[in-house]
Amino acid sequence: MAKLLKMGPSPHVRTSETVEKVMYDVIIALLPALLMAVYVFGIQALTTTLIAVGTCMATEGIMQKIMGKDIDIKDGSAIITGILFAFVVPVTMAYWIVIVGSVISILLGKMLFGGLGHNIFNPALVGRAFVQASWPVAITTFVLDGQAGPTMLDAMKRGLDGTLVAAGNPYVNALLGKMGGTIGETSAIALLLGGAYLIYKGQVNWKVPAIIIGTVGIGAFLFGGDPIMHMLSGGLFLGAFFMATDMVTSPYTEKGQMIFAFGIGALVTLIRFKGGYPEGMAYSILIMNGVVPLINKYTKPKMFGGVAK
Amino acid sequence: MKLFTFKGGVHPSENKVQTENEAIQTFDAPKMVHVALLQHIGAPLNALVKPGDRVLKGQKIADSEAFMSAPVHSSVSGVVKKIEFLPFPLSGKVNTIIIENDGEEELAELTTIKDWKSAPKEDLLAMIREKGIVGVGGACFPTHIKLNPPKDVTIDTLVMNGAECEPYLNADNRLMLEDPKSIIEGIKIIMHILGVKNAKIGIENNKPEAIASMIKASEGDNGIEVCPLKTQYPQGGEKQLIKAILDREVPSGKLPSAVGVVVQNTATAALVYEGIVKGMPLIEKVVTISGKAIKKPMNLKVRIGTMFRDMLDYAGVEREDVDKLVMGGPMMGMAQHSEDVPVVKGTSGLLALTTAETNPCKAKNCILCGKCIGACPMGLEPLMYAKLAKFNQWEEMGKYKLMDCISCGSCSYICPANRPLTEAINIGKAKLRAMPRK
Repeated sequence: MAKLLKMGPSPHVRTSETVEKVMYDVIIALLPALLMAVYVFGIQALTTTLIAVGTCMATEGIMQKIMGKDIDIKDGSAIITGILFAFVVPVTMAYWIVIVGSVISILLGKMLFGGLGHNIFNPALVGRAFVQASWPVAITTFVLDGQAGPTMLDAMKRGLDGTLVAAGNPYVNALLGKMGGTIGETSAIALLLGGAYLIYKGQVNWKVPAIIIGTVGIGAFLFGGDPIMHMLSGGLFLGAFFMATDMVTSPYTEKGQMIFAFGIGALVTLIRFKGGYPEGMAYSILIMNGVVPLINKYTKPKMFGGVAK
Repeated sequence: MKLFTFKGGVHPSENKVQTENEAIQTFDAPKMVHVALLQHIGAPLNALVKPGDRVLKGQKIADSEAFMSAPVHSSVSGVVKKIEFLPFPLSGKVNTIIIENDGEEELAELTTIKDWKSAPKEDLLAMIREKGIVGVGGACFPTHIKLNPPKDVTIDTLVMNGAECEPYLNADNRLMLEDPKSIIEGIKIIMHILGVKNAKIGIENNKPEAIASMIKASEGDNGIEVCPLKTQYPQGGEKQLIKAILDREVPSGKLPSAVGVVVQNTATAALVYEGIVKGMPLIEKVVTISGKAIKKPMNLKVRIGTMFRDMLDYAGVEREDVDKLVMGGPMMGMAQHSEDVPVVKGTSGLLALTTAETNPCKAKNCILCGKCIGACPMGLEPLMYAKLAKFNQWEEMGKYKLMDCISCGSCSYICPANRPLTEAINIGKAKLRAMPRK
């Protein structure tokens, strides 16, 4: 018998892009920051990341099994959550806390909403918020070159001299990542490299990170802070390039994304200058994640022929 | 050069190169032709002949009293063998007149209007209908109806669609290269019928030779202008074309005539010239045969009623490799379940696509990337349709302006998660149409 022809509606061709390719692009873009983390903090940065990734993939697989879904842990999304969770905790964090945080990220942050595409909040930040509430000391203990010390933002908040944080030019240190902080957040230049790759690949709209970073810079200037230092320190670059641009938890029109980005930048500035925390990136993104449905509602695309002339 | 375009859309692999330099070949009339009695949008036709009758080439063999209709003609001379209910490429079955070709090529007596410039508009429209001319860009809307817009609108511009934005296809491209004069003459007749002074011919800039050819052919004709378009799908969508060239937006739910425009396909213009001045009805069609499973991709001029199987055998096909057989372009064409269906007036392409081209892929959860929104040329939110269809929320789909969707398929094409967007849209439209009007 002749081969049967396949039916189905048009279009009969499709883009070569897949969800996996989108996810693996993000993973590739996170690698420079991971390399810098190993360079600055040592091999433990890598082990922590691998533990987080492994825990996230295992949790996702088990949950998919329980929920009766297809096991699909290699689509890359759990890997990203694992890497990002590791990136937002300090290198000194005990492995068992890393494991608990990773489980929470996937379980509470993603699977209980229904899995990929259904979550409202960035899973890695849900995990971080949980750990921050449960072990506040562990997550704010930053060690550089064997010595515990304040982060740059912490120092600025308490009015300390920034040069105390590490030897050398503080701006150069902030660019390279030679300062206290979580595993993946310190090297602005490595994050920028990864971000540029995502922009080149069309996975990220450059306006989102630009607006977030720009808003914080202008905000810092208005509040009398050091704009450059505020832009380069803390989780700003990591969040701006890799978390605020998460497709699932950000608005889906460009206009909406720009409002979302401005909201994050404004909240970060307020938390840093008027709030209790020296850093506010994680909470700013989580808060704005919650506002996304509202933003989507009011930034619908302009319909063709919708306004009669 | 200034390029005209619209907002949104996608840019799939063009795949024009396989056939863009292939001159149109004439395919011998087959031994049997199968003339389907529904080759236009509208009512099916009634046969005017019966088995045993001898018919001549160009003779009208079926017509209808219905307003929305256009007759069909025999594409060969010969004897009517059977009238049967047979499958045809627009899905389902339809009455089909099967004619055995006697090879004589004996022409019916053909009526013409040589001096169209002094002919009244009504006579020209009647002649266009009599020649069975429909919009051969794909929709097959009867041309005499389209060229007769409502009395309460003023038409000031004729927009000619030579965009051929569908990948693979080169039928219009080759016609613009090989017979630009017929197209220009047809445009002049259409301008005369509409009483307009301006005609704009939109051609995508991946066809530079066609652009040059049409510019040369229209030299000295005041009012006819060639507008190069950016290569972007669906540039040839009626509303997109008007927006690109004239920057006019057809309001939601309205026709192009609402903004003073009538759109016609360039190939249709050539048919108007052939029909009115030379008297030849629509009995032939240029078809691009392409796709990775085709050994010798080509542009073939075939008689209406030629079987796809014969054309595929002529071009050579690796049948084992064919994943989808498509009539038309890959973006809006129709998948065929059989090779044993005949060419109709709307056939502009015949594609034998392999899995390397169709790129089948498992559907994943929507990751809300918004690419479908960016690609939608109508400014809609396609991702919502897939969500709402899952829960049978047809009326809600209507609120998301589903009926404004032009079914171009850009959203399905671009979706990285391969969501069933056009599936949801097709079902939603059918459900909404079936609902009682409030």
